[in-house]
Amino acid sequence: MLEINCPYCGLRDEEEFACGGEAHIARPLVDNPISDKDFADYLFYRDNPKGVFLERWRHSAGCRRWFNVVRDTVSHHILEVYPIDTKPSTKAGRAAYQASWRRQSPAEAAARKVPQKTRKTSISKR
Amino acid sequence: MARKKTMQTNRNNQQAVSIDSHAPISFTFDGRTYQGCKGDTLASALLANNVHLTGRSFKYHRPRGIMAAGAEEPNALVGVGVGGRVEPNVKATQIELYDGLVAVSQNRFPSLKLDIGEINSVFSRFFPAGFYYKTFMWPASFWMRYEHIIRRAAGLGKVGDTHEDPDRYEKRHAHFDIVVVGGGLSGLSAALQAANSGQRVLLSEDQHQWGGWLRSCDDIIIDDMAGHEWADKTIAQLAEMDNVTLLPRTTCFGYGDHNFLTLAERVTDHLAEKPAHLPRMRLWKVRARRVILATGAIERPLVFAGNDLPGVMLASAAQTYLNQYGVLAGRRGILTTNNDAAWHSAFALHKAGCLITAIVDTRTNPAPAVLKQAASLGIQTRLGAGIIAAHGRLHVARVEIASLTKTGDALAGEAEHFDCDLVLMSGGMNPVVHLHSQSRGKLKWDERTHCFRPSTTHEDEQCVGACNGSFEPERGVKEAIAAALKAVKANGGAADALNLPDIVATKINWAPMPIWQIPNGLPAGQGGKAFVDFQNDVTASDIQLAVREGYHSVEHVKRYTTTGMATDQGKTSNINALGILARERNAEIPAVGTTTFRMPYTPTSIGMIAGRDIGGLFDPVRTTPMDKWHREAGAKFEHVGQWMRAWYYPQNGESMEQAVSREVRAARQTAGLLDASTLGKIDIKGPDAAEFLNRIYTNSWLKLGVGKCRYGLMCKDDGMVMDDGVTTRLAEDHFHMTTTTGGAAGVLDWLEEWLQTEWPELKVYLTSVTEQWAVATLSGPAAKEILSAAGTDINLNDEGFGFMSMREGYVSGLPARIYRISFTGELSYEINVPARYGMALWTTLMRAGKNFGITPYGTEAMHVLRGEKGFIIVGQETDGTVTPHDLAMSWIVSDKKPDFIGKRALARHSMKAGDRKQLVGLKTKDPKQVIPEGAHATLDPNQPPPVEMLGHVTSSYFSPNLGHSVAMALLRGGHARMGQTVYFPMLDSSPPIEATITDTSFYDPKGERLNGKL
Repeated sequence: MLEINCPYCGLRDEEEFACGGEAHIARPLVDNPISDKDFADYLFYRDNPKGVFLERWRHSAGCRRWFNVVRDTVSHHILEVYPIDTKPSTKAGRAAYQASWRRQSPAEAAARKVPQKTRKTSISKR
Repeated sequence: MARKKTMQTNRNNQQAVSIDSHAPISFTFDGRTYQGCKGDTLASALLANNVHLTGRSFKYHRPRGIMAAGAEEPNALVGVGVGGRVEPNVKATQIELYDGLVAVSQNRFPSLKLDIGEINSVFSRFFPAGFYYKTFMWPASFWMRYEHIIRRAAGLGKVGDTHEDPDRYEKRHAHFDIVVVGGGLSGLSAALQAANSGQRVLLSEDQHQWGGWLRSCDDIIIDDMAGHEWADKTIAQLAEMDNVTLLPRTTCFGYGDHNFLTLAERVTDHLAEKPAHLPRMRLWKVRARRVILATGAIERPLVFAGNDLPGVMLASAAQTYLNQYGVLAGRRGILTTNNDAAWHSAFALHKAGCLITAIVDTRTNPAPAVLKQAASLGIQTRLGAGIIAAHGRLHVARVEIASLTKTGDALAGEAEHFDCDLVLMSGGMNPVVHLHSQSRGKLKWDERTHCFRPSTTHEDEQCVGACNGSFEPERGVKEAIAAALKAVKANGGAADALNLPDIVATKINWAPMPIWQIPNGLPAGQGGKAFVDFQNDVTASDIQLAVREGYHSVEHVKRYTTTGMATDQGKTSNINALGILARERNAEIPAVGTTTFRMPYTPTSIGMIAGRDIGGLFDPVRTTPMDKWHREAGAKFEHVGQWMRAWYYPQNGESMEQAVSREVRAARQTAGLLDASTLGKIDIKGPDAAEFLNRIYTNSWLKLGVGKCRYGLMCKDDGMVMDDGVTTRLAEDHFHMTTTTGGAAGVLDWLEEWLQTEWPELKVYLTSVTEQWAVATLSGPAAKEILSAAGTDINLNDEGFGFMSMREGYVSGLPARIYRISFTGELSYEINVPARYGMALWTTLMRAGKNFGITPYGTEAMHVLRGEKGFIIVGQETDGTVTPHDLAMSWIVSDKKPDFIGKRALARHSMKAGDRKQLVGLKTKDPKQVIPEGAHATLDPNQPPPVEMLGHVTSSYFSPNLGHSVAMALLRGGHARMGQTVYFPMLDSSPPIEATITDTSFYDPKGERLNGKL
């Protein structure tokens, strides 16, 4: 059983957590044109590497917060734990982030570009 | 049962360090009463009474006795306890004796000494390796015929007749800085050194007494004390320290990721009276910062014909029985060995009164010291020789000894015959590397001691002493102290290094001769059986056969012969099996490899692993505040997730069909009352709450007025429907969401995930309020009158309180939120009150509705009512592959909103395919016929197989209100098939059911009944 360092609660047993799969899958913005095939990269394709993997975890039986984990899927060693909206800072974590095919994927590009009109939602009006 | 006094004929009390000979206790074995002593194991007590025969073997039903003295015992498996406490397949070597203990032998019929199954031994050439594969792979139907016979013949013990376990089991989570597993010389030294640092230390020991081999040997003197005295002194010292936890009778059986150890503490098994306040066992789930494994070593048997006879024993075990329990396992012994260490066991037994008639060593050059000692004790020796066969029926009586060639592969002389009643065997030592291996530590083959030793580690652990292949006591202690210091330092602490104790021990050369099978002078496969795996009855020739038949990988040989696959996980057999495999393949052992050890180290009680999470505590049962009323009304219940929901309320012996029919009619003719408290409820609050809902649901939410309700459908981001429910705007920034009963927790998770991971900029709080509200749904033409009669300050007129709106007020003095929403199609009020008023609300409404014919209805009637209306149930009409469009609910998918979950996915090309499965209604040709749910539809009932399937029925009921059956189905291209006829072939060869495809709203399609005006 893994021992996971929740960024908000500290070291807890794995049984308090739920794994949320691959991290850093950016959601294409709806107004950015994207083909069905490229959209499938976001929707369906998930990595399952042997080695360093960036994944999301949720402290479901604790503070219920989501966060990211850098885990070696071979050794099960946890190399880093970092907030959900940030990038890994360890060398291994950064390398895995950069090496991911997603960084070059059209789906991620479609998530990055923010055309002006999508800003005009009800929040900005408020 | 008459208590017959029996003599402990083999007891020799002078040397016993682990028993109290002044505390005799009695126990029974196979119905006969024997005497033992406090501190005995069942095995030592049986041997004291000269009982060697303890069971029959797994496959051949051969007589078997006690071979070992610890966790490695493969033969002496017995059943212990009575009534609900019967436990089968317990090692006699691990049962601590108590007064009145009841034990029985296993796998024998009619009795242990006369066993019919022994005939398997005669026919053994028909039971070769791979017997099961060869016999039962084809034809499969034969297996059905044989299975019950084979299962009975090839089992071991039986579980008790009573399946109610009277015992209680506890779990404990604990954290320690340093955990030391094993309380022998190395473990005690490591624990003492670690404890001196002040760090929190756990020391566990499998046996009930501390010291390990120190209790069994008589030739290790530490600081001028006998080894066991030093152990007692050290443990007393540790017991004084507040930072030390000592767990005797505790087996560390699992070692997982991140230094997670699981230990089984046997709390009351050794007590005649089990105190009520104590659990039988305690499961320790321990997280350790550093682990030191000092788990010792296990002696290997030698493989020769007849090596499984009762009276053939590991040399170290015989020495343990002598020194710990004062038991001489025989009177005329012979040692067969390949190493020096075992000679000392033979000397000890000889000195204690067991005449060792010969020491047979496969080597020609044992150490001069042991040769000299043997000579001085008058023991004759046979060097370069081995026992080639042991004979006897229920006990060893005679052995054949012959000279071997230098390599040990063949005989080099005629056999001599020796009479004996005890054979000591020793094939060298195997470090107990199981935990190290479980934690993914690697092993390496040691060319000197011919055993696998720990090499690299994966977890933060260190192996010390015999567990590390360091069999010399002084080296073990040095390693232990060094390991403890390293662990302390790594934990950020410090401790002064202990002085090494002054150890005087016999110098032993621990290098055995590698010989994995003693030849018998006959061609392979002939002669008596030479066992490798005693528990699974695997012989040397089985392994040879496996190799001849092409199984070369250790994993394949293991599975084909089942060697090492018994409950002892091959503790005594694995290395011999590997050795024989390597020899047959002309390979080196390291090249052949080894299998991986898995948890548990020893069989572990499932009861302990379950702990208290059994029965009612296995999974919580959730009941509504009105539960008591339903029970008293005689309702039948159904499980919906963890909830218990009233299913239907039979009256005066009604069948389910009759009761549901009555309830369904009442809800449409007068009024029905449903306990809807289980619906998931989520309170959503914050300035961005409306925007959040607008993104979660497929329809629009920004303009919903305060006090208004709206039905919403939510999709996963793949566009498939995941949940539905009515959500109400309580205030500008405040919503009350309802979800399906089963989906509540998942929806909350879902909302939290999107808020935290995708839209952290939205200011929204989510709170589960499912259990804060009790809900009674009053539905039917008389609903308004009943609610008025119950007394409410809310204006129920349509102008003041229209469909799909919510009013807050009082019902019969109870604070309430009433939602005018409908899952039946009738005028309907979902009356929510704080949970504690649920029962009051329910009884008030029942009373107020009495004269109007109010009828409580359960979930089954609810299903029929919504089925009549064609309302979907998520999870019944949907299965994760169904979009809102497939449900003919395109009206609920906004095309104006910038985004919602599933929007892009719903725009995919494939979503527009005309042959998607779509929800339709079905009307059967025979109105009384109800199509079974799940039935598959086909256009042509006469099509030869494979029949093309259109889809399946998702909901199907007989509608008492309509007088015909109603059904919904997901059919390929269903929306374009209105009016077509489809057929549902039946499993029972009755004619296919014929039905017409229709719209799904069967009852009141215009929705005129919603306002109660008929």
